[in-house]
Amino acid sequence: MNPRTLEKLSPWLFTIAIFLAWELACIVFKVNTSVLQPPSAAFAAMFKLWRVFLYHSWVTLWVTMVGFALAVGFGIILGLVVGWSRAIYRGLYPVMIGFNTIPKVAIVPLLILWFGIGEVPAIVTAFLISFFPIVVNIATGLATTEPELEDVLRALGAGKLDIMLKVGIPRALPYFFGSLKIAITLAFVGTVVSETLGANAGLGYLIALEGASFRMANVYAALLLLAFEGVLMYAVFAGIEQHFTKWAFRSQMSAAG
Amino acid sequence: MEAFVDIDGVTLKYRGASGDIVALQDATLKVQRGEFAAVVGPSGCGKSTLMRLVTGLHKPTAGTIAIDGKQVTGPVKMAGMAFQNANMLPWRKVIDNVLLPLEIVEPHRSQFRSKKAEFRAKAEQLLATVGLAGFGDRYPWELSGGMQQRVSLCRSLIHEPALLMLDEPFAALDAFTREELWCVLRDLWQRLGFTVILVTHDLREAAFLADNIYVMSARPGHIVQIKPVPFARPRDLQVTYEKEFGDIVMELRMKIAQVRQS
Repeated sequence: MNPRTLEKLSPWLFTIAIFLAWELACIVFKVNTSVLQPPSAAFAAMFKLWRVFLYHSWVTLWVTMVGFALAVGFGIILGLVVGWSRAIYRGLYPVMIGFNTIPKVAIVPLLILWFGIGEVPAIVTAFLISFFPIVVNIATGLATTEPELEDVLRALGAGKLDIMLKVGIPRALPYFFGSLKIAITLAFVGTVVSETLGANAGLGYLIALEGASFRMANVYAALLLLAFEGVLMYAVFAGIEQHFTKWAFRSQMSAAG
Repeated sequence: MEAFVDIDGVTLKYRGASGDIVALQDATLKVQRGEFAAVVGPSGCGKSTLMRLVTGLHKPTAGTIAIDGKQVTGPVKMAGMAFQNANMLPWRKVIDNVLLPLEIVEPHRSQFRSKKAEFRAKAEQLLATVGLAGFGDRYPWELSGGMQQRVSLCRSLIHEPALLMLDEPFAALDAFTREELWCVLRDLWQRLGFTVILVTHDLREAAFLADNIYVMSARPGHIVQIKPVPFARPRDLQVTYEKEFGDIVMELRMKIAQVRQS
């Protein structure tokens, strides 16, 4: 097999190998199924109750995407504002870091109190946990504009808006798209945390419910589906990143060569 | 005759980490229209500060700067600039990098859409004169350092500035490429007739290209010597191997060694 096909296949091979090792370990060591379920049991549960899993997976997916979309919108605006002015940057940063440090699991009870049990607290949690990396990355991209390039443009009479549009924003795009990959996985974390604590649907809710009834195969099935959704959305945004910021990847390659 | 660039008794102080720093002290420099001026001096003497002052990016603490009889109070909008780093925008093709100033400077800015084809043709032509015909549709990273610096020169000239400010534009290039680009700049200057202020560490570069070489003192910087370069134009690279050329470089070298110590 040539190295290129091997590289393409390797994510699949690794995933399959891990499942096989897991399955084998359960058989060889005769692991008690209340401790660890083999993947075959999880897949069997998925297959048997596919309607249930499909429904809860869908809820988690759309809730996450709504929270994430809010985070992108808000993150872009706040990132541009923070990147625009040093005064705002310095003023907002401590507040943002402080806020980001609070574990979101501690806020969920408050959100449930305000919005009631359901999708809204999950959307808000997903939003709160995922906007921070977007803001930081956009602001970093804007702040690292080469001062000499700014001089060239300013000497020509360019205003701050010109510099932002011609240089700052295109420069910040790779940072932005990079941050989406981080943000989307965080958004899933937010959704599931909230669903676990107070929801009527979603994979987090399912995990809490089935766990409480010791139906461990269903718990593992839900966990696997969650991981699958995370990988799927990560791949989508990695693809979008590649598409929109080819120049950043290629120029890095040439800088190394 | 009134000087085109008239720097008159300019002092610039700014607040540094350890008290006030005087970058320039009573610097006076008069460059005629169409002159090729080179500014040399020990490192940290405020050469680059001088560039920012002339282009209006900084305000002097004392003294005045006038270009073409008009006092500089803000960004001059009629100067082209190029630096040691080519500062290409990697997401734009070469031609779009060259066109960038036309998207900023009036009156081109408001005509940019309607005259796009004309501007592109002009940019292609300018690229051809620096030996980059047909490279317009490449991306900057596909070009070598010397080629990028050629593009940077084109970008600084596309809006036909009356004044070109160069801050060590060839310092990062290898010796052969550098000499090649001296000739590119020489030809552009001879053809288009703009005024140049070239800040450099390279005394051979200054002696080969300039009409007058202005030697700056160590900080706080001011002009301590004006050295006219007598060689006839157009100059060939051959001239750099003549004895007289060596003498000028030697003289400048001694002068800078002297001001570094004082």
